[in-house]
Amino acid sequence: MKWIAAVALGALLVSLPSFAGDFYINLASQILIAAIFALSLNLLVGYGGMTSLGHASYLGVAAYLSALLTSRYGWGHGPAAMVSIAGTTAMAACFGIIALRATGLGFLMITLALSQVLWGLAYRMSDVTNGDNGIAGLTRPTPFGISLESAGAFYWFALIAAVLAFLMMTIFVSSAFGSSLKGVRDQPRRMAALGFNPWMIRWITFVYAGFWGGVSGLLYVYYNKYIHPTSLSTTSSAEALLGVIAGGSGTPGGPVVGAALVLLLKNYASAYVERWNMLLGLVFLFIVLVMPAGISPGLSKLTAALRGKSR
Amino acid sequence: MQFWIIQGLNSLSLGSLLFLLSSGFSLIFGLMRLANLTHGAFFMLGTYLGAIALRSYDGLNLWVAAIGAGLVVAAIGGLFERLVLTRLKANPLGQVLVTLGMSFIISDACLMLWGGDSIPVPTPQSLQAPTRAFGLVFPTYRLVLVGCAIGAAVALHFLLERTRLGAMIRAGVDDRQMARAVGIPVSNLFTIVFCLGTGIAGAGGVLGGPILSAYPGLDGDMLPLALIVVILGGIGSLLGAFVGSFVIGFIYTFGTALFPELAYVILFLPMIFVIAFRPQGLFGRVGA
Repeated sequence: MKWIAAVALGALLVSLPSFAGDFYINLASQILIAAIFALSLNLLVGYGGMTSLGHASYLGVAAYLSALLTSRYGWGHGPAAMVSIAGTTAMAACFGIIALRATGLGFLMITLALSQVLWGLAYRMSDVTNGDNGIAGLTRPTPFGISLESAGAFYWFALIAAVLAFLMMTIFVSSAFGSSLKGVRDQPRRMAALGFNPWMIRWITFVYAGFWGGVSGLLYVYYNKYIHPTSLSTTSSAEALLGVIAGGSGTPGGPVVGAALVLLLKNYASAYVERWNMLLGLVFLFIVLVMPAGISPGLSKLTAALRGKSR
Repeated sequence: MQFWIIQGLNSLSLGSLLFLLSSGFSLIFGLMRLANLTHGAFFMLGTYLGAIALRSYDGLNLWVAAIGAGLVVAAIGGLFERLVLTRLKANPLGQVLVTLGMSFIISDACLMLWGGDSIPVPTPQSLQAPTRAFGLVFPTYRLVLVGCAIGAAVALHFLLERTRLGAMIRAGVDDRQMARAVGIPVSNLFTIVFCLGTGIAGAGGVLGGPILSAYPGLDGDMLPLALIVVILGGIGSLLGAFVGSFVIGFIYTFGTALFPELAYVILFLPMIFVIAFRPQGLFGRVGA
């Protein structure tokens, strides 16, 4: 039953460009990018118990690096992508050293402060980042000579990246290391007593999450061909966190569902109402007060209850 | 010479505003173990309320406006605490997310109600004339603002250290369960402290108005500064908030004046330094 559903979902995802219009294909690409981003945040929030409010830093910095290297310095997309990802991962390594001096709310406040500093930099260093105007006129890469300009081609590119990301992160959390990560989340002192190094486990996870945040940032800038400081803002971090929590943090598929919901809500709502931030705030209040465990666990509880009844 | 003195005074006045903002944040964190991310939005709401009141009613005194806006913001904060935060007592992460959601709602509501243009707050007429001393010229309002912050610091210190309410708050900070057990109404204290903290932020917003003016995004500019102040000074410590505010006020003002593009990076440095060597902050207690 589970396999049939998985195969059907896979077939649907692969064949989407053959029957859907460009608008929906583009929407699906955006969902895939948001899903990678939410999955990387889920490593921290769900499996590591580290609630970060600055995850947009990695998306934004990777996107800005790629944009600057390709548009200003005339680099090719290949080396630019590698340097962007490496730079973002290195930044995550430094931020991790700072932020992981604290846990819990202290960690949250430090990540928030660090990301606000980057956001401020993107706004104010206008001779580098072009400030509020953002960097426009970017191009998409052509891997193996294949143009990604059409909606369908880019969708497949994003799909491959998303599947790879999903598998890599699922393997990460189901590995022995992933078990020790969950152990550190639940019982840091016992884990330390057992000879594990909680700090190192958290830091490695932090860097790994930063790496995938950078990957989603690259896809983000390829998709939009434009980058603006708002992608570094708290709102952007908060949207991702809302996706993770709404979908169900600490579950492998929940963040994907949550990210898709947030994105759809944002797309459809912004067609009707101007006040996306207010809606985002209200949804936050609603989710936290009404569905604290998230939608995905809520639904699986519901289906389990229904199955129990039908038997 | 004039440059250094004026920038020094600007630093002091920014530090004063930061103290009005971060003392409440720190107080709330100390007692409730709650990172109130709405605090920047409450500050901005205060600025907007003051700006609108002063624009609509000619001859309204800035101080009256500050007290009025402080009371309104405190009332909103109190309602928020009673209606939402108390439901999430066992869920600290949920509380933070709710305060974040609330900050989005407040800042978007301000944008919706009062538009995207910045609204100036006039300096009171009696304080418009500059003060001359030692052959130098000082903007009087900024001097008065520094006095306000020092007054607020003394009043808060007196409240916490010398009154029965303060003794109850300190007991709640030290050991919430034991305080409950000896009959201190800790839940009511939570509401009182939340009102007090947000009220100071709201009033501080009005007092900051003549310097900053009310504009969308003010909350996003002030909140990180307050976070850095409390990380630096130590979470939950009034003295830490006081010292941290003026340190950050100086660093940010001189950073902006001397290296405008790097001011935000320079803010980093004291924070990294403190986190590296004293993760609990300059005046924070271990385990607090």
